[in-house]
Amino acid sequence: MTNLSKTAAIVGVAESDEIGDVPNKSALQHHAEAAYNALEDAGLSMKDVDGLLTAGFSTLTTAEYFGIQPSFTDGTSIGGSSFVVHIAHAIAAINAGYCEVALITHGETGRNNRSDRPMDPRRVAPQFEAPYGILHAPVNYSMAANRYMHQYGEERTRQALAEIAVSTRKWARMNPKAMMKDKPMSFNDYHQSRWVSWPFHLFDCCVVTDAGAAVVITSAERAKDMKKEPVSILGVAEGHDHDMISQMPDLTRSIARETGPKALKMAGLTHDDMDLTMIYDSFTYTVLVTLESLGYCAAGEGPDFVADQRTAPGGDFPLNTNGGGLSYTHPGMYGIFTIVEAVRQLRGETGDRQVDNCKTALANGTGGSLSSTGTVILSTN
Amino acid sequence: MTQYNKPLPKAQPETDYYWEKAKEHELWLRHCNDCDSTYFYPRDICPHCFSRNSSWIQASGKGTVHTFAIVHKAPHPSFRDDVPYIVAIIDLDEGARMATNLVEVEPDPEKISIGMNVQVTFDDVTDEISLPKFKPV
Repeated sequence: MTNLSKTAAIVGVAESDEIGDVPNKSALQHHAEAAYNALEDAGLSMKDVDGLLTAGFSTLTTAEYFGIQPSFTDGTSIGGSSFVVHIAHAIAAINAGYCEVALITHGETGRNNRSDRPMDPRRVAPQFEAPYGILHAPVNYSMAANRYMHQYGEERTRQALAEIAVSTRKWARMNPKAMMKDKPMSFNDYHQSRWVSWPFHLFDCCVVTDAGAAVVITSAERAKDMKKEPVSILGVAEGHDHDMISQMPDLTRSIARETGPKALKMAGLTHDDMDLTMIYDSFTYTVLVTLESLGYCAAGEGPDFVADQRTAPGGDFPLNTNGGGLSYTHPGMYGIFTIVEAVRQLRGETGDRQVDNCKTALANGTGGSLSSTGTVILSTN
Repeated sequence: MTQYNKPLPKAQPETDYYWEKAKEHELWLRHCNDCDSTYFYPRDICPHCFSRNSSWIQASGKGTVHTFAIVHKAPHPSFRDDVPYIVAIIDLDEGARMATNLVEVEPDPEKISIGMNVQVTFDDVTDEISLPKFKPV
């Protein structure tokens, strides 16, 4: 396989104008505002875009709204990891000559206008899981977390989930755009929060927001002429191993076990080279299982890895510095926001929460019921 | 019977036998005659070796709890009267894994354990549909 490492770069990232509790905007507005802002960040305009990628909506819809006729289109929709996976598809398309400027957009109104999608009872999950009230992410992920507790110890797992919730909130307190910016969380707050789906407390679960984000990618060559220093794409990988939670091969290992090592291999780097790690945190458990699956530590060692607020501001393993899905924003498919933050950190644009000397970052998106992952390795040039 | 508002399965060409047998309070699974695996959910072509040489077998209805969770916040309005309720994934003795509810046990993590033995029981939720659920042996 041709190694496409460093052949393309991220040249623009942005959120939509307002994120969080935004009752007066549609999901498509969030797509469009984020696209506008990300293109401005790159010094490009919509007329430069010839590759369009999204999930949730069809690219037919987003392209019509934006007023473009793309020559490369990708609507890969495998949950919250989709937007990381789109990076892989964008660099392949750019190298194959299908497009020069690829725009990935996202927009959802999970908080104010959650679409109550009617279930088609003929499909698989509506036949074999939904009738039991096995619906939506908290129920699915909590079953996986309980299996982990059984295998590796309930008390140390509980402590790890608390460490992740508390450390992520500390980062959110430094992000002006974070939903939970003004709400400190103590360990006691975590343990006292109500049950959503045991073993998950409320504070094991992400916030629910309205938000959009966009990412602009072009060839390494063209990236040199953009407004800001490009962020190089060193490695990227995608994968999935089930759809329904009951069919997940191992509830304590996600397919990040494949995409993490593959992306690092493509980049020619190891875990120790990462100055920043951004992991899709739909739930505290998603972080624990993903850290292990990516290979940062061995199976069952995650609780030791995150102990003593090591992932908090000032700790030696900066993780989810935007405050994550847990405390910053989570409109439904959060994956693209891991990329936005990684790029901003690599550019040194993150103010109080800036990680010192941040030159290389890993971002990992997870989608479905721990079903799919996309992992990307990014660096300053 | 009062109106049943929860999601109901709609049997499909590959799964109608499963639901028909559930109505008779029997659990039937697909078995691959080539690779000798029993799998869930029912489909004609084996997901382990992609052979078409598969057939129905009657399951013992016995299994163990692979994992479970106790739902406190209803994920759909139709489950609001049921919380807290227990969702679970069962390792069937035949080797397949399926999602279900645990019944006839308190929704208390102290009363349920992963690995505990369970047995299928059928909940006749409508005249048409009986859902296989599991209870402690």
